Amino acid sequence: MSSLAGYFWVRRSEILVLTGEHLLLVLLSTFIAVAIGVPLGVMLTRRPRLARPVLGFANVVQTIPSLALFGFLIPLPAIGGIGARTAITALVVYALLPILQNTHAGILSVDPAITEAATGIGMTAQQRLRLVELPLALPVVLAGIRIATVVSIGLATIAAAIGAGGLGVLIYRGVAIVDHRLILAGAVPAALLALGADGVLGLIERRLRP
Amino acid sequence: MASPAVEFRNVRKSFSAGSPVLDGISFTVQEGETLALVGPSGCGKTTALKLVNRLLNHDSGDVLVFGRDVRGENPIALRRQLGYVIQEAGLFPHWSVRENVEAVPRLLGWGEKAMRTRSNELLDLVNLPAGEFGDRRPRELSGGQRQRVGVARALAADPPVLLMDEPFGALDPIARRSMQREFAEWKRRLGKAVLLVTHDLREAFRLGDHVAILDRGRARQIGTPREILESPADDFVREFVSDELPAETGA
Repeated sequence: MSSLAGYFWVRRSEILVLTGEHLLLVLLSTFIAVAIGVPLGVMLTRRPRLARPVLGFANVVQTIPSLALFGFLIPLPAIGGIGARTAITALVVYALLPILQNTHAGILSVDPAITEAATGIGMTAQQRLRLVELPLALPVVLAGIRIATVVSIGLATIAAAIGAGGLGVLIYRGVAIVDHRLILAGAVPAALLALGADGVLGLIERRLRP
Repeated sequence: MASPAVEFRNVRKSFSAGSPVLDGISFTVQEGETLALVGPSGCGKTTALKLVNRLLNHDSGDVLVFGRDVRGENPIALRRQLGYVIQEAGLFPHWSVRENVEAVPRLLGWGEKAMRTRSNELLDLVNLPAGEFGDRRPRELSGGQRQRVGVARALAADPPVLLMDEPFGALDPIARRSMQREFAEWKRRLGKAVLLVTHDLREAFRLGDHVAILDRGRARQIGTPREILESPADDFVREFVSDELPAETGA
């Protein structure tokens, strides 16, 4: 074990740089997924007829194996190619479903008596959303963001396969030369990142429960 | 003569293809008076109330507030002039008692100071002094206290008309009775026109200056509690009254 720690220590600067890349991939993709997923989730609560097909479609996309999705994206212009851009596109696709689903469910879970009171005292639809529905749905929305983030941290290791960097670089290299210590040098920081993100976001979520 | 606060003229309303919920109903609420709409569930009383603040829209007839057709009004502006109290109060659980009371003034863009003065005044009126209760969340209150906050919220922007939908329906009999007593006191002090919906005839008689007995979307009788007790208009009213108030009618 101590030899493993020593091995990590020797490679600390490389591990740190790759962890930074990894985080950047995850943060950017989660941010984009929130920017798309939350408004779309809200929109689906206003148009219930669209909700089933859209959520169903997002579900199906989720089942595409990640390596295959990376492969599909490589020939596409603008959102594809080789490198971080493609990885981010794929990560957004996977992060979208939990965020979309939880936003939709969170808004729908607000007690109808409360939304009717909001309308009845004279809030506009926008005020009702901003002042009542979103704040009350926030813990559920955040739970979706937490799931998306944790899943992305794991998935982002595969991004190295298309040259997007991140901790997957160490894992792939380790697999190629059958070096377990090298695999762990990528896997352990990734696992710690996932645990840390889960903990921090879970804490925020509990703080925000009304 | 001044226009009544609220007037219904031959109002009809049905949902989808079903039988009408309101089948040509007419009544008036004069300024400063309370009209209680009472009847069995499904009689259309809550629907009638929601036509006033346009949570629902009627099919035909006229709904007038101070002589003006509600269909010609902006629903948002209209609602801010009509205090609205509902069962279980419908308070915003993520806001403090004070923030709940200040909701309508905030929508109307009052300054912080004016809102604070007003919420202090109203919390005093409903016996929940701001110093003790202002910062609490609704879940930290009893049912009766929540209902009082609901009334204070409805009164915040000093609307000339209050719409109350089973305001005390979720309370136990003792809390209910004490809220009814307080209601009589607020009414005396504030002089609002009140349209009150209840399924409880006893409550309608206690709180209403006039009472309208509704059945299947029609008003069977509108009168003072005494008129309804002494000369019920038809068999439905007679039976409804004797079922609900066996002691008073000697049945």
